[in-house]
Amino acid sequence: MSEHIVTSFDDELNGLAQRIAEMGGLAEQSVADAVAALVSRDIEKAQRVIAGDDRIDKLQRDIEESAVLMIARRQPMARDLREIMAAIHIANDLERVGDLAKNTAKRVIAIESNFGSQRLVAGVEHMAELSLTQLKEILDAFASRDLAAAHSVWERDNEIDAMYTSLFRELLTYMMEDPRNITFCTHLLFCAKNIERIGDHATNIAENLHYLITGTALTDARPKQDTSSLTSVAYKET
Amino acid sequence: MLMNDAALSLGVPAVAGAPAPAKIVARDVDVFYGEKQALKSVSLDIRERSVTALIGPSGCGKSTFLRCMNRMNDTIEGCRVTGLITLDGNDIYDPGLDVVELRARVGMVFQKPNPFPKSIFENVAYGPRIHGLARSKADLEEIVVGSLKRASLYEEVKDRLAEPGTGLSGGQQQRLCIARAIAVSPEVILMDEPCSSLDPIATARIEELIDELKTNFTIIIVTHSMQQAARVSERTAFFHLGVIVETGSTEQIFTNPRDKRTQDYITGRFG
Repeated sequence: MSEHIVTSFDDELNGLAQRIAEMGGLAEQSVADAVAALVSRDIEKAQRVIAGDDRIDKLQRDIEESAVLMIARRQPMARDLREIMAAIHIANDLERVGDLAKNTAKRVIAIESNFGSQRLVAGVEHMAELSLTQLKEILDAFASRDLAAAHSVWERDNEIDAMYTSLFRELLTYMMEDPRNITFCTHLLFCAKNIERIGDHATNIAENLHYLITGTALTDARPKQDTSSLTSVAYKET
Repeated sequence: MLMNDAALSLGVPAVAGAPAPAKIVARDVDVFYGEKQALKSVSLDIRERSVTALIGPSGCGKSTFLRCMNRMNDTIEGCRVTGLITLDGNDIYDPGLDVVELRARVGMVFQKPNPFPKSIFENVAYGPRIHGLARSKADLEEIVVGSLKRASLYEEVKDRLAEPGTGLSGGQQQRLCIARAIAVSPEVILMDEPCSSLDPIATARIEELIDELKTNFTIIIVTHSMQQAARVSERTAFFHLGVIVETGSTEQIFTNPRDKRTQDYITGRFG
């Protein structure tokens, strides 16, 4: 994109994109650390994730304030307007990703003395790897304005959904086997849900990136495989 | 046949519902000022009872095109217009056409308010009188008051209709010029940067007025303010170097222009 006659407008737009990238990096790190804390039962790491969320929240407020100021001052049109709208939306998504990482970290602390099956934790970890890949790829796509990469992220979210549904079923079964598992499994279930939601935010960002680049909304129905809301497991008397 | 071709070449509107029929159709319009070509093969449909904005950098030909639609260019020496412009299907450059009658049907409001050096009443009464639109004094008064009301000026001037129009503020003078334009019941109103010498409040009043007038009139506005074009118009045509680069619904032009030149211009990137 060629430059504006008013160069300070370009500086402001670049500043917006830079802060999105910074937020993305922090959110990614938070998710990775929260999951690592869960896997290794590392309370200190979990606490650092919780404390670090403030920085992400602050960046989101900064981005929003700059965007509002730019709209008021520059009255942006066309692609400039879309850049700013997309930045506001993406910052929101990343702020939510940070919250979900923070919530996961809190649960690590809550289940400290109550840890159960490491196999189930490994299931969550595996899901998190996929979500993190999605997040990383969409942030790269945003940095390089890569439409094809955005579409590929958008289409791949169903893998996370499918894993979540299968983990959901497994956790229900595990809880039925022994009520003492319920605390651990419920927290783990929320952790898994958090991670599934992070994948959803990555697809939201993909949709915003599509809008930014093309000026049209991505309206096709996305393939969905999160059927957990329809899933039940029958209780068997033993 | 002509209309169908037009619909194809100019794109379907993004707004829902059937588009208004074309009031004015321009096809392959060239305009020369002496040797210099100011417009090159301009084709555009102006929809009835809607606002069409013409935008583009200075010297792009948008005002020239505006002036073609009521043959104001006839008054400029050395100006030559070719191509076809029709109003309700009739060629407005037909040699047999009465230009005075055309200008009664296609009124104009200029950049700088230019009231006659006469009373407020006379400014508005002048047109209906010379066109013989009023049968009696009462008739004429009704037209003047009605026009001032439609131009949202009446309340401010009703006690001083005999005072000179030039004594009004800039914004009031411009509304007086709009009242004068609508007094002869035109079908089309051409506006050449009607707000460029007005403050934001007066501008807002004119924009509000445009919004009301479009239910009865076909309005074409030339403006340098992107925001104004975006606010008041349904269709926008972008002119550059004497050609129409892009025409579309205003919404599409300002959020998702198809041509890079349009994008560069409206986002302030023109070199």
